[in-house]
Amino acid sequence: MRGWLIWTPFVLFLAFVGLFASGLFKPDDHVIHSRLVGQNLPAFALPPAASDRPGLTSAQVATGKPRLLNIFASWCVPCAAEAPQLMALRQAGVEIDAIAIRDARPDVDRFLARYGNPYARIGLDARSAVQIALGSSGVPESFVIDSKGRIAYQHIGDIRADDVPMILDRLKAAQ
Amino acid sequence: MIAEAGLAALWLAAALALLQLFLAFSGTKGGKDELLGAVRPTAVAQGLLTAFAFGALITLFLRSDMSVLLVATNSHSMKPWLYKFAGTWGNHEGSMLLWVTVMGVAGAAVALFERALDRATHMATLGAQAAISLGFYAFLLFSSNPFARIDPPPPDGQGLNPLLQDPGLAFHPPTLYLGYVGLSVAFSFAVGALLTRRVDAAFARAMRPWVLAAWVLLTLGITAGSYWAYYELGWGGWWFWDPVENASLMPWLAATALLHSVTVLATRDSLRAWTIMLAVVAFSMSMVGTFLVRSGILTSVHAFAVDPERGSFILALLALYIGGALALFGWRIGSVKEGALFQLASRESMLVVNNLLLSVILGIVLIGTLYPLMTEAFGHKVSVGAPYFDRVAGPLALALMVAMAVGPLMRWRRDELRLVGRRVALPVLIAVLLVVAMSVFAAGRIGLLPFLGLVVAGSVGVASLLPLWRRKLWRTPLFTWGMVIAHLGCAVSLAGMASDSAFTTEKLIAARPGDTIRTAGWTLRFVSITPVAGDNWTALQADMQVDRGGAPVLIHPQSRFFASPPTTTTEAALLTRWNGQLYVVLGEEVEGGRWQLRVWWKPFVTLIWLGGGLIALGGALALIGREKRGWIGKWRARRAEV
Amino acid sequence: MRLLIALLLLAFSPSLAAQSALPPAPWANRQIPDAAKEAKAKALMETIRCLTCQSQSIADSNASMAGDMRSQIRERIIAGEQPEAIRDWLVQRYGDWVSYEPTAAPILWPLWAAPLLLLAVGLFLVRRRIGGRKRS
Repeated sequence: MRGWLIWTPFVLFLAFVGLFASGLFKPDDHVIHSRLVGQNLPAFALPPAASDRPGLTSAQVATGKPRLLNIFASWCVPCAAEAPQLMALRQAGVEIDAIAIRDARPDVDRFLARYGNPYARIGLDARSAVQIALGSSGVPESFVIDSKGRIAYQHIGDIRADDVPMILDRLKAAQ
Repeated sequence: MIAEAGLAALWLAAALALLQLFLAFSGTKGGKDELLGAVRPTAVAQGLLTAFAFGALITLFLRSDMSVLLVATNSHSMKPWLYKFAGTWGNHEGSMLLWVTVMGVAGAAVALFERALDRATHMATLGAQAAISLGFYAFLLFSSNPFARIDPPPPDGQGLNPLLQDPGLAFHPPTLYLGYVGLSVAFSFAVGALLTRRVDAAFARAMRPWVLAAWVLLTLGITAGSYWAYYELGWGGWWFWDPVENASLMPWLAATALLHSVTVLATRDSLRAWTIMLAVVAFSMSMVGTFLVRSGILTSVHAFAVDPERGSFILALLALYIGGALALFGWRIGSVKEGALFQLASRESMLVVNNLLLSVILGIVLIGTLYPLMTEAFGHKVSVGAPYFDRVAGPLALALMVAMAVGPLMRWRRDELRLVGRRVALPVLIAVLLVVAMSVFAAGRIGLLPFLGLVVAGSVGVASLLPLWRRKLWRTPLFTWGMVIAHLGCAVSLAGMASDSAFTTEKLIAARPGDTIRTAGWTLRFVSITPVAGDNWTALQADMQVDRGGAPVLIHPQSRFFASPPTTTTEAALLTRWNGQLYVVLGEEVEGGRWQLRVWWKPFVTLIWLGGGLIALGGALALIGREKRGWIGKWRARRAEV
Repeated sequence: MRLLIALLLLAFSPSLAAQSALPPAPWANRQIPDAAKEAKAKALMETIRCLTCQSQSIADSNASMAGDMRSQIRERIIAGEQPEAIRDWLVQRYGDWVSYEPTAAPILWPLWAAPLLLLAVGLFLVRRRIGGRKRS
């Protein structure tokens, strides 16, 4: 009886070391993915964020054709960095809508004039309410919305040049 | 040159540690006394060399020698000298050098001052201490060299994080590290005793002062860290159950349990295996804590902030030392005789209850802290935070407080429950009165846990003083005073915690200069916003006149901007009164020239840290008391010889 | 010590480098006049984890998104929604991770069982030392 009791701490310790090692060697992303992937886009209606684009409602994203919904902000540096990739996607024929987070119209106009405007519609989410409803945890993020208006994929962080083909595949798969 | 000298000293110290391990091992094995005779001087020399290396790093920081990589990445020539000084350990390499230095100096102290231990165990202890030090030398020299040069040197450094630019940095990490590493001495004692199989009352008496000293420093370190976070983060919280905080709490819990079990071993020669186990667990918690902080597997948001190489190095050391000690424990403890058994109604059984509860709390904190890591392995992300720890550890801590109050009122060996009942009549009466009074005056306004906390704090506070009842106070031994004061400190601290969570008044308001804010009996006149400049920062400062009926006092909460690295911090204005603290934070400017203000009135919140200080003071008194007794005994023995 | 995490966050988080210049949402830093409702909102906010600085609750975070979440929680509480409903709504979006208060998910059952198990094991061990043996 005393025998196994004496070795219990050692065995428990080995288990903890194993746990630590797995935590150490498994790359941990610390990214919180939205649990709404695979579900319908929550309903929302946002006023326009830019002078020359209309606002955005959830119904307008569900059009029978896959679309990209980009979450960005004029004050966010990685958003500027991903602008060329969004332009490339637009040129490849992708329909892109956007939600501008905690932004103001003059700032968005200036941002679009400087980095290009790939968006069909831009909704203004001044209090991150829609962002939270989407389960998004920051800017920039991009959602692939399938033809039935379901969220097919969430891309967290800026879209890099080598992500573009993957995004195109996701859009194709979301037909 | 200084950097090279420091590095050379480190290498030399590492070589001496190897020598010390060899001398102790082969001397003990072969019974060669001349080898053993060299162990103590080696340990002392090793301690001196590490102290020299640490002094060299401090000098480099004070001189802002930007040709040293560590200085360039963590300091700035424009920084006030105190932060240059404290910045030495405000980074990974420097803090690990501090760790090694404390370990070396503690080893030297064990070599020089330890007289109570029998020679064989003493030598085995020093050998174990050298073995642990070796691992950390290797860690420093191979993967975190603090003296590495950078070529060409940058014109100036990147600066120290402004959140760390606080006197707290000068005090909190060194004390905590002293405590962490002090537990390595207890660990070495345990390993030494396992090797020589001499686990008895004499061993416990030899180990006790080292455990006490480490525990006092841990208590001080945690108390200081809590107060630092309280005023620096600007949200009025003093404990967040954050993984890194838990990492400092776990060694403390283990050390507290060890402190009490070692007393049982010293007095009644019981709990032998358990005390050895706790000594191993206490230091392993220090190492687990260091691992959690340094590897960042639980806290970091961005993977590249973490250096997996360092994490795996510490993990390897953890596996080697703790795994080795636990294996040795399994191997040897069977041959260590069980100590005396004891009766239910006795002081030792109360100390066992104390150990049981502390161990369960420790287990809860450990499991709660690591649980997200475990579920992650199943692809499920969860958070375990304050609500869990409060709800689970809170009631256990209250039960522990009750045991703490009753224990010292019971006799060793055997007591009669009827007599114990008579002794605790007064605290029980106070508890009943408090329950009635609070049910009448505060019913429904405060939560269950703070309610119970206040009741327990009140009655335990009185109970903790009872061991002094009807004793001649000046003839009461110092260590009894120490125990009474430490226990009282626990009650005082609990009162502060319960009062803060029960009675804090919060006021969030956007105000412009000229406005008057009233909250919790205080009147705050927002006079103006003025820019001010400090050594390496500029700030916007709110000038406010506050009073609660008497003469107004000026306070100045600030929002500070640091240029290197560019950061904004809030400097809360704290106004301490006997019955609480007014806590004012200046936030951002909102529209219309108004400023966001956060104002808290926190009744008796300062008791939390006052209690922490009392606990540490009690520990220090007990330490002095025990040591003094030893000195006097020796002096008398010598006189008797003459 | 928590400051050390803050240090990591500050040094490595690009999202903190730029925060929206927009003023905070209406209820981000304003209390609900009804004290009972404010207490409910506050208790909930203290148990919701901030997405931007992941080691803080939204109740004590300076991140703008935390402010927006606080504002939304207060608005919903004002509208009469129950705190647990709001928590569930957030958990539906961000998973169990977002709640510092462990949810009832089966994966968290062992966490609640752990204290009882530890106590039971501890009592079992202690019983062997005290128990009915009446030797002194």
